[in-house]
Amino acid sequence: MSDGKTRLGRLEPAAIGGVMSRELANFRTYWRGTTFSSVLEPIVYLIAFGLGLSATLVDDVGGVPYVQYVGTGMVATAVIFSSALPAMFGTFVKHRFQNTYDAILAAPVDVEELVSAEMLWIACRASIYGCVPLLVTIAFGLDPAWGMLLTPIFCFATALGFAGFGVAMAATVSKIDQFNYVTALFVTPLFLVSGAFFPISGLPEGLQVLAQLNPLHQLVELVRGGAFGFEPIDIVRFAGLVAFAFVMWRIAIVRMEKRLID
Amino acid sequence: MAAMPAIELRGVVKTFGPITAVDGLDLDVPEGICLGLLGPNGAGKSTTMRLLTGQALPDSGELRALGHELPGDSKAARAEMGVVPQLDNLDVDVTVEENLAIFARLYRVGDIGAAVDRALDLARLRERRGDAVDELSGGMRRRLLLARGLIHDPRLILLDEPTVGLDPQIRTELWTLIGNLRSGGTTILMSTHYIEEAERLADEVAVMAQGKIVSRGRPAELIAQHAGRETAEIYAPPQRLAEARVTAEAAGLCVRPAGPAIAIVGSERAANGAVPEDAVRRAASLEDVFVLLTGEEAE
Repeated sequence: MSDGKTRLGRLEPAAIGGVMSRELANFRTYWRGTTFSSVLEPIVYLIAFGLGLSATLVDDVGGVPYVQYVGTGMVATAVIFSSALPAMFGTFVKHRFQNTYDAILAAPVDVEELVSAEMLWIACRASIYGCVPLLVTIAFGLDPAWGMLLTPIFCFATALGFAGFGVAMAATVSKIDQFNYVTALFVTPLFLVSGAFFPISGLPEGLQVLAQLNPLHQLVELVRGGAFGFEPIDIVRFAGLVAFAFVMWRIAIVRMEKRLID
Repeated sequence: MAAMPAIELRGVVKTFGPITAVDGLDLDVPEGICLGLLGPNGAGKSTTMRLLTGQALPDSGELRALGHELPGDSKAARAEMGVVPQLDNLDVDVTVEENLAIFARLYRVGDIGAAVDRALDLARLRERRGDAVDELSGGMRRRLLLARGLIHDPRLILLDEPTVGLDPQIRTELWTLIGNLRSGGTTILMSTHYIEEAERLADEVAVMAQGKIVSRGRPAELIAQHAGRETAEIYAPPQRLAEARVTAEAAGLCVRPAGPAIAIVGSERAANGAVPEDAVRRAASLEDVFVLLTGEEAE
């Protein structure tokens, strides 16, 4: 077997593009439902949390109206739910039930290219869906800012990492219902302590430290930076997201090679 | 100098935990022939196919396909071979045309439109090109699966149990398509456990059992070598079948079960009385060879 460096050199755009074209062809058959829920969910959340809570309990957080605070935070929610979950379930179904990967790997496509293409596709999609809550929040009164134009890039880097996480999980579990553990142990806590709905400064100190390691928290901070003004630390936050994506990419490839190659 | 075989396997071993799926397999497939890999379930046929596509890695041994070392150069080999899997893994919500175009891209085909049109003609699905796969009949889906494996006009085709589980009409349709490929000079390695499929399509048959090739040759050669000219089938109550078996075996003849009957293989060599008068005599077949060599009932 070749080492890591050699394998990186083997990533072929034609193979990656071919796998992504398959995803695009399938997406054309179900995009309406996915897009509908992606647009409706932030509207419902903003009405329920934003308008409901701000009218009764919280008026603003650090000077930011609560509707806008939640709206910008919900970008992270949209990203994790449109990256980690599709990666987990989609990968598992394509491998175990549809035998799609057997067909693709019989063509001149390596596992590394297959995983990269799947992650890239999910990240592209999530970077678009991730922007929807921001657009909805603008409709709810958030002033547009130039920094918001970087939101798709922040979402893309984060979604890439969570897509890798989902693929790695799909390659690890033996039954589809084991995703309940993954969701309960990782996905839900990550989005709850991301700072999307409340500032993490309100958490116990230990959890605050852990929250700093949460990529979703970094995404939330970056999106709010884009909306309300960046800070120098945001460069470090973005570098952290890129590192997270890279590490998850390699882990996903290793896990899938174990799963797909006997 | 002899032409290089399309497939060359030397001493290939593949184990899964305590199970040895492929056990020191030696196999050459010359260019331009259709080789039928005939064996019962669990003989190691599908594992051999997966070794050839790089989806399984050998524990030991040497593999070459179309001159490429496997698994190291597997990607280059896969670019030149087409694979038709045992299980239907088409994208069911996507159109027939898109299913083909996706694989044309994966195989880096230059003119995707022309390749798709050619594949549609081959599968006789031109009229259904815009329909979702979900709307096709079982036979159409199988033809599409075959056309997908041929989208890049491969030099070598691996057919893994191409007609398993299909009804006779669809099976015959596919046999016609595979027969046309064979006539066109494409090298084909076809795994099957259907005797009739191997007999009809394969230039040569390699009988596989417990991970090894136990015999190989043209169907007529295998029959002559292992089963002789004639087989006598005896249909009778169990008691009488048991007596007939003892008598035949005492005369040095091979006896095998044949559903409700027993078959005495090589009955032309039988001395007087070794084969009952009311036995049904027929020409020896590849099925006789299969059962004698693998110990399994044929399908």
